[in-house]
Amino acid sequence: MDNLLNTATLIGIAHSGVRLATPYLYAAIGEMFGQRSGVLNLGVEGVMLMGAFAAYYGVFLGADPWLGVLAALLIGALMGLLMAVISVTMQAEQGISGIGLSLFGLGLSSLLLKVLVGSPISIQGFPVWQIPGLSQIPIVGPIFFDHDVLVYIAYLLVPISLFVLYRTTFGLKVRAVGQNPEAADSLGVRVNAVRYATVILGSALAGMAGASLSVGLLNIFQENMTNGLGFIAVALVYFGGWRPIGVLLGALLFSTVSAFQLWMQVLGAPIPPDLAVMLPYILTIVALAVGVKQIRQPAALTKPYERGE
Amino acid sequence: MSNERRKINSLEMIKITKRFPGVLANDQVTFDVKGGEIHALLGENGAGKSTLMRQLYGLYHPDAGEIRIDGQAVTIQSPTDAIARGIGMIHQHFMLVDELTVAENVALGMPSSRGPVLDLDRVEARIQALSQAYGLHVNPKAPVWTLAVGERQRVEIIKALYRGAALLILDEPTAVLTPQEADDLFVTLKQMKEDGHALIFISHKLREVVAISDRISVLRGGRLVDTVPNQGVTRAMLARMMVGRDVLLERAHKALETGVVRLALRGVSALNVTGQAALRNVTLEVHAGEILGVAGVSGNGQRELAEVIAGLRPLAGGSVELDGRNVSAWPPGKRTDAGLAYIPEERMHDGIVQEFSVAQNLVLQDYDHPPISRGLFLNFNAIAARGRELVSAFNIRTPSIDTPTRSLSGGNIQKLILARELSRNPKVLVAAQPTRGVDIGATEYIHQRLLEQRAQGAATLLISEDLDEILALADRIAVIYEGRIMDIVPRKQATAERLGLLMAGVAEKE
Repeated sequence: MDNLLNTATLIGIAHSGVRLATPYLYAAIGEMFGQRSGVLNLGVEGVMLMGAFAAYYGVFLGADPWLGVLAALLIGALMGLLMAVISVTMQAEQGISGIGLSLFGLGLSSLLLKVLVGSPISIQGFPVWQIPGLSQIPIVGPIFFDHDVLVYIAYLLVPISLFVLYRTTFGLKVRAVGQNPEAADSLGVRVNAVRYATVILGSALAGMAGASLSVGLLNIFQENMTNGLGFIAVALVYFGGWRPIGVLLGALLFSTVSAFQLWMQVLGAPIPPDLAVMLPYILTIVALAVGVKQIRQPAALTKPYERGE
Repeated sequence: MSNERRKINSLEMIKITKRFPGVLANDQVTFDVKGGEIHALLGENGAGKSTLMRQLYGLYHPDAGEIRIDGQAVTIQSPTDAIARGIGMIHQHFMLVDELTVAENVALGMPSSRGPVLDLDRVEARIQALSQAYGLHVNPKAPVWTLAVGERQRVEIIKALYRGAALLILDEPTAVLTPQEADDLFVTLKQMKEDGHALIFISHKLREVVAISDRISVLRGGRLVDTVPNQGVTRAMLARMMVGRDVLLERAHKALETGVVRLALRGVSALNVTGQAALRNVTLEVHAGEILGVAGVSGNGQRELAEVIAGLRPLAGGSVELDGRNVSAWPPGKRTDAGLAYIPEERMHDGIVQEFSVAQNLVLQDYDHPPISRGLFLNFNAIAARGRELVSAFNIRTPSIDTPTRSLSGGNIQKLILARELSRNPKVLVAAQPTRGVDIGATEYIHQRLLEQRAQGAATLLISEDLDEILALADRIAVIYEGRIMDIVPRKQATAERLGLLMAGVAEKE
């Protein structure tokens, strides 16, 4: 047990942690935009599965992985449009319609896999791209700069989302619409248009989260391969206090715990594997119970907007 | 920049008609305002003032009639459209996003000089310029949630001016202000008027309307009663136009001999929903046969005060006594049985069950006592009998006792709550904002009933943000500010000015 946690293992865990945060980042940052505008999309899980399948199937048919990513973004946007129609225009209960979308994505992606592919085969997704120079730095290099390109883009999303949310007119509208849609409306902001935009954007990113699994991290598609990851991404938005940095820290915390748990299994640590697998989920519950500052929650979250008395 | 000053010389609304399902909200209303004029729009709640103005601001569209700006007929599609034409509106409930800064609130919905990227530095500079020009002092970098009510209103005015408003609609702007803050607002409004702005001032407070406006239009039941110049009108004339009959503005109010202490708060502290101190060391005594008024600007602990007495909010310190007994640990039901009656501020949410029938709501406090129930079972005949009795005794206008309560008007719902609470002959009555949003007729009725309770020896705590109401009814007036009782003043020594200073947190120096 003592030599289980040597330097190489620690670097390995950190490397996996950085890597495994990728789908969380795409999905949670996307979900954060929706929630900041007042829409809770619990359909992330299903969208991720559809995105993952779309990207996988593209590459399976011989397309470039980038085309696979594009397909994932498109299918994600399309499912976002569906979610927006149901929850923004038709004002359905958001929690329920999101669960519906999740189950729909799960069922459809499994069906498509059986019909179009049969039994899953590995594909050649994005290769690892060691960033020249940076990847040579001891310890830091192997942890941060030894990944495929989708991993790097995921981390770039953090400063980009900060900029969009706090420095652009679009971001200002998003924040206003999620807190006080009536006030935004009175100033000529089109509340529902903003919500459509964030839900579609968020869902496209959820599709990309799926792609980051199927053509980035794992290079395969399997039935229900997300295995609750999309729901954790929703939880991460709460955990991160609806802020990009908070979401980043949350994603890293969860991915590192997952990585730790995987490495412990691989190294044959004397921990019951079932218990180890439960770790990230237990952490989700504890973090949500202890860590969430309700006070920061967008005031109009889950509330459809209708004008006037 | 889209915020250079426009000018509106005249705006006319001609024979405007607006229908909602089952209601004719505006019936051929004609109204006009000129640049450099303050035109007051007076009327009771539900008279159609807000509906008329919402059409001017593009939130509703008239079913018939015409709007003309400087003689040109226009169609105002949306608030954006109204803003583009130089029309701004200060809503009664502020349209501000609390989490955003002042500058962000002002910039929201406006094009930025840097395209998609915000130009908050430029917005801030322009806010500074506007606030200097009109005496609207506010820090552009401050998040709105940190601002006091008066400051928020200034932000609203700046927002409109920033958008180049030449005509400003102010919907009940003084409802949330202390008398002194209202005076400051009036100074700003007069300055804007001198500057050529057209101002529409919506109100139901006669005193203010007479104080500030050049012309006054009165609406009643969706119709224009008349438009009169301010010179030569009296408050009594305006009140008659508003209500359609003579109204008692001052109430005969005999001094009564007060009895024993029925309700006492001793050093009471409590927290609000967000965990901040809402009541700090509050000590009050209310005697039998007395109305103790609690005056204060909204949000200074009034709600929490009512809730700790009703038993709906835990105490953080001190004690509450009913009839000499310490009831601090008693649940609400036990306090009710001990003779406490409670008219809650949020009547739709806390006062009734909206889906229940009128008769059911009338027995909500007695459902577990005979004759309304025996053992496990409700006695429907007794419920119906009680319903009929109270509906007629309290003049509740409802199609039947089985009507769902939510479909009643605000005034009648309040009468229903009053009937339920007062029919139990309470020893102590806590009435929170009993006439807010209620028309003058029902208000008169509620006031009468409260005075009746007083004559019968009930101890009444009247919490109200309407200073006129407090001055009309209370024997003594406690002023609450930031959860503290600033002072308790006998009514004879109370003036609006003195109370106003206390409401603003200014303690008197002897």
